[in-house]
Amino acid sequence: MEEMLIIAGFGGQGVQLIGQTLVKAGMEEGKEVSFLPSYGAEMRGGTSNCHVIISDEPICSPIVNEASCVMALNRPSLDKFESAVVAGGTLLINSSLIDRKAERTDIEALYVPANDLAQEAGNLRTANMVMLGAYIGVSGAVSVDAVMENLKKTFGERRAHLLPVNRVAIEKGIECVRQQRAKA
Amino acid sequence: MAKVLMKGNEAIAEAAIKAGCRFFFGYPITPQNQIPEYMSKRMPQVGGCFLQAESEVSAINMVYGAAGAGARAMTSSSSPGISLKQEGISYAVGAELPLVVVNMVRGGPGLGSIQPAQSDYYQATRGGGHGDYRLPVFAPSSVQEAVELMATAFDVADKYRNPVMLLGDGMLGQIMEPVEMIQERSEPLPKKPWASGVPEKEGRSIINSLYINPDECEVHNYKLERKYQEITANEVRVQLIDTEGADILLVAYGTMARICQRAAKDAYKQLGLKVGLVRPITLWPYPYEALKNAAEQPSVKHVLSVEMSTGQMVDDVRLAVCGAKPVSFYGRTGGMVPTVKDILAKLSSIKEGM
Amino acid sequence: MAVVFKKTSMLTDVPFHYCPGCTHGIIHRLVAEVLEELGVGNDNIIGVAPVGCAVFAYNYFNCDMMEAAHGRAPAVATGIKRVHPDKLVFTYQGDGDLASIGAAEIVHAAARGEKITTIFVNNAIYGMTGGQMAPTSLPGQVTTTSPYGRDTSHCGYPVKVCEMLSQLDGPAYIQRVSVHDVKNVVAAKKAIRKAFEAQIAGKGFSLIEVLSTCPTNWGLPPQEALKWLEENMIPQFPLGVYKEI
Repeated sequence: MEEMLIIAGFGGQGVQLIGQTLVKAGMEEGKEVSFLPSYGAEMRGGTSNCHVIISDEPICSPIVNEASCVMALNRPSLDKFESAVVAGGTLLINSSLIDRKAERTDIEALYVPANDLAQEAGNLRTANMVMLGAYIGVSGAVSVDAVMENLKKTFGERRAHLLPVNRVAIEKGIECVRQQRAKA
Repeated sequence: MAKVLMKGNEAIAEAAIKAGCRFFFGYPITPQNQIPEYMSKRMPQVGGCFLQAESEVSAINMVYGAAGAGARAMTSSSSPGISLKQEGISYAVGAELPLVVVNMVRGGPGLGSIQPAQSDYYQATRGGGHGDYRLPVFAPSSVQEAVELMATAFDVADKYRNPVMLLGDGMLGQIMEPVEMIQERSEPLPKKPWASGVPEKEGRSIINSLYINPDECEVHNYKLERKYQEITANEVRVQLIDTEGADILLVAYGTMARICQRAAKDAYKQLGLKVGLVRPITLWPYPYEALKNAAEQPSVKHVLSVEMSTGQMVDDVRLAVCGAKPVSFYGRTGGMVPTVKDILAKLSSIKEGM
Repeated sequence: MAVVFKKTSMLTDVPFHYCPGCTHGIIHRLVAEVLEELGVGNDNIIGVAPVGCAVFAYNYFNCDMMEAAHGRAPAVATGIKRVHPDKLVFTYQGDGDLASIGAAEIVHAAARGEKITTIFVNNAIYGMTGGQMAPTSLPGQVTTTSPYGRDTSHCGYPVKVCEMLSQLDGPAYIQRVSVHDVKNVVAAKKAIRKAFEAQIAGKGFSLIEVLSTCPTNWGLPPQEALKWLEENMIPQFPLGVYKEI
């Protein structure tokens, strides 16, 4: 397995948290991982992205130029990174905020209304976890339990009460992509 | 010890503390800010001192004072800040002070960009400031290697009484990877009988780089030169990856070497080329001998230096190969990073000409 | 025979290199006597020498000494003091070193309340490099880089270090003194003692500015230089205590 991800959105959507949660979960499941955030002016200018690799083999380059999966949380991210998906790879589109469809036909495009599903889960701020769930749904790169275990550590006792709603959000993401694949 | 996920900058800071560094003086500059930030939090917890200086110039001079006073001390910065520190580094070399400087290189010249670069290679390996001198320069390619080399950097600095540089780039500073943190140093720090104010000092300590009579200054320079010859004999480090029987050798250091390692693997699959990688871990002293031996193998047809610059290390590659095989260069600069695809394209064009 | 006078143990036996009539010798002696009289012991004192005429101070003060880059003595002293908070740490700097190239370092050491003492020797000129204009050169003063006299409309005004630093909250003791006659030499020694006492008491940063002569570069015999200091420098740089907490 060699999962090469680009996760992109605007600052505040929890892009970096998705990436960090995935690599922590992957690391604890014994996989090789790396997490490379965008930094500097770009981060402050409102867009945020990170490169995540989860692999069975030791990782050479931490940079993802050809992604097995791109997670686009907003429209500028889709415009910028659609071309980075390898042929046959997956494009996860947050259809709550992105009003266009994928242009490429050589990839699998899945539409996840992350903000709507987060609202359904009970907390709009879990939209990033819906996307993370969608990724688990298509890749199986890490387990939901490993993710929850790490969120528990990240949240600490003070925010432990938010764990159930995050789990629901992740499950909604998984369910969403499974249904779409079943239809396709 | 279990692996933990750490950002490069933070891991380097923690490793310095584990290596016995208790004095850090710095000034903010992207992309190394997590080092001073981490130090500001950790130093008070371990009875050390973090101080934000008024400038990079002051920071390196505070390190000079602390190192002269016998402590393990360091500073970190990125390219424009390192240029400012060169004065202090030159003085520390002249006064034979052991200290460690971390440079998380960004694009230049001038204010440049804040993205990863390797365009400070000449500055790092040719001394950097005024005068006839060298610094041992370590170039880790992963967070794990960076934490291990941090302890080595302090040991080498103390052993030879010379500043040492850890040369990374923005990518190494920002990346998060699993790392097994080095153990807290258990043995006592080396005695420094030459230092000011220490209990073990022998007579009056004078920390000085001024030798006003040229004959004395020459004697001092030759003393330094003998030290550099000793360092050259003892401290060269290099990693050779699949170089035996290779058709082409890639030469790259730091995070660039990781990208090249991937390109080498893909080249075999996609181009049927056996590509080996020579990865210098010390940029000074440079692994001339290892590179020469690898390049002189009959199987090797070409040597390609890949850098995040317009071509600096390639000069050392040419010195090592010394005309035995053709040497070419591929690089991006200003904060742009060569991709695996770019390197494969270059390898493919070399293959056509072979 | 009873010893009625002896050399201070805080000075080495190395002969000073200073020009005839220069007051650096007096100031070295005052600092050394104070350091000896404080009784902390030579091994508990670390000095920092500047770049300028006093560059060889590390040969003269009989304690641990570090030679700093031009203007950086307060930063070097900061590093030393943080490692050895129990030692007495001082810098000895001239006007070019402190008020020009090292302006940032002295301001921030003072602002941090760094527990060090600075002896600032102001003779209104760059001595060692051959008499160029200093940040403290007087309006109209002829130097090798102001051959028509310092033109304030072109290159500004003298920097008043004591006045400037006394506005900060970090300094504990700041005083300007002179060594142009016996009375003032005695007063200067008292001031230097107070500055070191402030450091020992942990009160903060202390600085003594000592108005000094440069007969060689001023182009005056030593006696006339002392008179020139009194008549020209003191009106520009008034003596007195600028900060005491």
